[in-house]
Amino acid sequence: MISLSLSNVIELSFNSLSYAALLFLLASGLSLIFGVMRIVNLAHAAIFLFAGYIALEFYNIIDGTTSIMPRLMQLIAWGIVYFAWTGLSRISTEARACISLLLAYVVLEILSTLLFGVRLYEYLFPTIAVKSVQKINFFMLSAAIAAAVVMVALGGMFIERFFLRRFGQDTLAQVLVTIGFAFILQDGSLYTWGGDNFIFEKPWPLNASTVIGGISFPQYRAFMIIVAVVVAIVLFFGIERTRLGAIMRATVDDPEMARGVGINTNIVSMSIFAIGALLAAIGGVVGGAFFGVYPGVDFEILPYAFAVVFIGGLGSFAGAVVGSIVVGFMENFGTALFPELSYFALVAPMAIILAVKPTGLFGKG
Amino acid sequence: MGNNNQRRRILIVLGVFVALGIVTPFLDSFMQALVTEILIFGILAMSLDILLGFTGLASLGHGAYFGVASYASAIVMTKADWTWTYGIYTWASSSGLGIFYLFIFGIIVAIAFSAFFGFLAIRATGVYFLMITLSLAMVIWGLAYRWSAVTEGDNGINVPGRPSLLGISLDNDITFFYFALAVFLICLGILYVVVQSPFGRTLVGIREREERMEMLGYNVWLHKYLAFIIAGTFGGVAGVMWTLFNLFVSPPDVELITSAEALFMVALGGPATLIGPVIGSAIIRTLQQFISIYVERWPLILGAIYIMTIMLSRLYGVDGILGFASKLRSSTAAASNSQD
Repeated sequence: MISLSLSNVIELSFNSLSYAALLFLLASGLSLIFGVMRIVNLAHAAIFLFAGYIALEFYNIIDGTTSIMPRLMQLIAWGIVYFAWTGLSRISTEARACISLLLAYVVLEILSTLLFGVRLYEYLFPTIAVKSVQKINFFMLSAAIAAAVVMVALGGMFIERFFLRRFGQDTLAQVLVTIGFAFILQDGSLYTWGGDNFIFEKPWPLNASTVIGGISFPQYRAFMIIVAVVVAIVLFFGIERTRLGAIMRATVDDPEMARGVGINTNIVSMSIFAIGALLAAIGGVVGGAFFGVYPGVDFEILPYAFAVVFIGGLGSFAGAVVGSIVVGFMENFGTALFPELSYFALVAPMAIILAVKPTGLFGKG
Repeated sequence: MGNNNQRRRILIVLGVFVALGIVTPFLDSFMQALVTEILIFGILAMSLDILLGFTGLASLGHGAYFGVASYASAIVMTKADWTWTYGIYTWASSSGLGIFYLFIFGIIVAIAFSAFFGFLAIRATGVYFLMITLSLAMVIWGLAYRWSAVTEGDNGINVPGRPSLLGISLDNDITFFYFALAVFLICLGILYVVVQSPFGRTLVGIREREERMEMLGYNVWLHKYLAFIIAGTFGGVAGVMWTLFNLFVSPPDVELITSAEALFMVALGGPATLIGPVIGSAIIRTLQQFISIYVERWPLILGAIYIMTIMLSRLYGVDGILGFASKLRSSTAAASNSQD
């Protein structure tokens, strides 16, 4: 057991708070998706990682260290696939369209490899050479967040519309499908961007530390806290004060009644899933400059997100705030005091709260 | 009639394993290792079936008990300065009983962990249960990864060799295969007795309607808790077998992917059938071994297999391969009935 001085405690508290901010960005999306749709999205942390990689590629393209051509070719390739699929599914069923498209692809792949030496899958799934980026400015960071948010939100809508919607409340199916997507995103990232540990340079003015009374406060950590607070405020007012928020809450409380008064609950579910994913994406880009981006960071951070939603209660906004602060402090102080057993610092509060109230501090029923 | 059917099924299953025992020695060493691996993961998947299939509790943390037992047995065999474990182990090994000590020790550790984790998790149901078990399993992973004084961290633990079984050396692949087959059949036998017993019937009752069983005076919590411990125990057996088979334990063995794979094996083969998860294990392990030869993107393909299997099974409304088989049989039976 290491004893801590007052300045240690202040520094650790600041670090805990910034870590809590990152956890909030991750866990609030998880909690939102669960609260509205009763889906445990195990791909959530993989989305977090994926967004980090998107930001990395974005920086590389802006820097000119990698070309945008493979992505344009990919867009065209998938466009062709999409039009072929819609065309085929007009004249036959969706299942048959899928199978015939798959067969056509296999035949074309073999033909093009043999005749022209061209591998089609390299157009559908290009590998992108990226490297750690040095010169990032504040504008680029914001633009990267925007780019990642858009991509990930679209991806989230796709997953919800074509896969998760079909399962209703079948927990086992939801879990296995989302974990399947987690594997695909994780290994797909490894395939596309390689397995190196990439680090983002922090943009000016966030790359310095402010020293107050002999204790240094890294400004990037302060930035993380500010982002989380802004997101929390937007989320809170969005849910509590706007018409859209009212529609969402109505869908949560009574989906049948909501449908009855003319709310399209399908669109609501899809948007919720997209919002959850985009929250993870913001966390991923902001966290990318903090943790670095490397394969495996997703499954490492997932238990923290779960600990947050457990302690706070799934589907509760206040719970996500309180939970992330509790876990942030537990993790940082736990690591400082018992470095080898820091994961136990996660379980202890979880165990106590679960023993007292299985639905978490703010959870309903 | 039902009894007759049951007897026929048992005979078929036994016949398959006897055939396996006869055929395997003639296969090459790659296939022998594959069959042994299938049996070991079969034990893991069967043990999870007690929870998922029979009790209706989807645990995404079953890799934890596999992992702790696996680590415990590796530590027993390697930590030379720990008198309590290594001393007894060497003493037992000198009389050919070392392997029993390994199993006893591994199982006790697995029981201890499942008793503690079950105590935390059983209060929850459905999704909550799943997430708690997942988080607890991640704690085990964290320990394996970070507590390097005991677990050697990222490097993992190399085990020098297998202890002998009453003087019979298990270092040979074929003898180890027969040993694995024997352990597997013992586990299958015990678990079969468990699910056929009144206790097992009560578990199915809890799965179907918990409130009714509570009303009838059954202690639902205790039944679930015991099911959790039984599942953890046999998961531990699989873990010890894994260490003996692989002679190496490292954090990836305890990862979420192990737990998810076990869950998927059960879902793929057919929950609440015991033998279904073994079929699931055979399919997944075989695919992994053969696909890994040609492509290095196994997790990607595994993810796609997860999604496709679930999509197909929910599209056709069947529970895994055995569910599909029984549906096929009942539909052909209906067809032949209508012909009569």
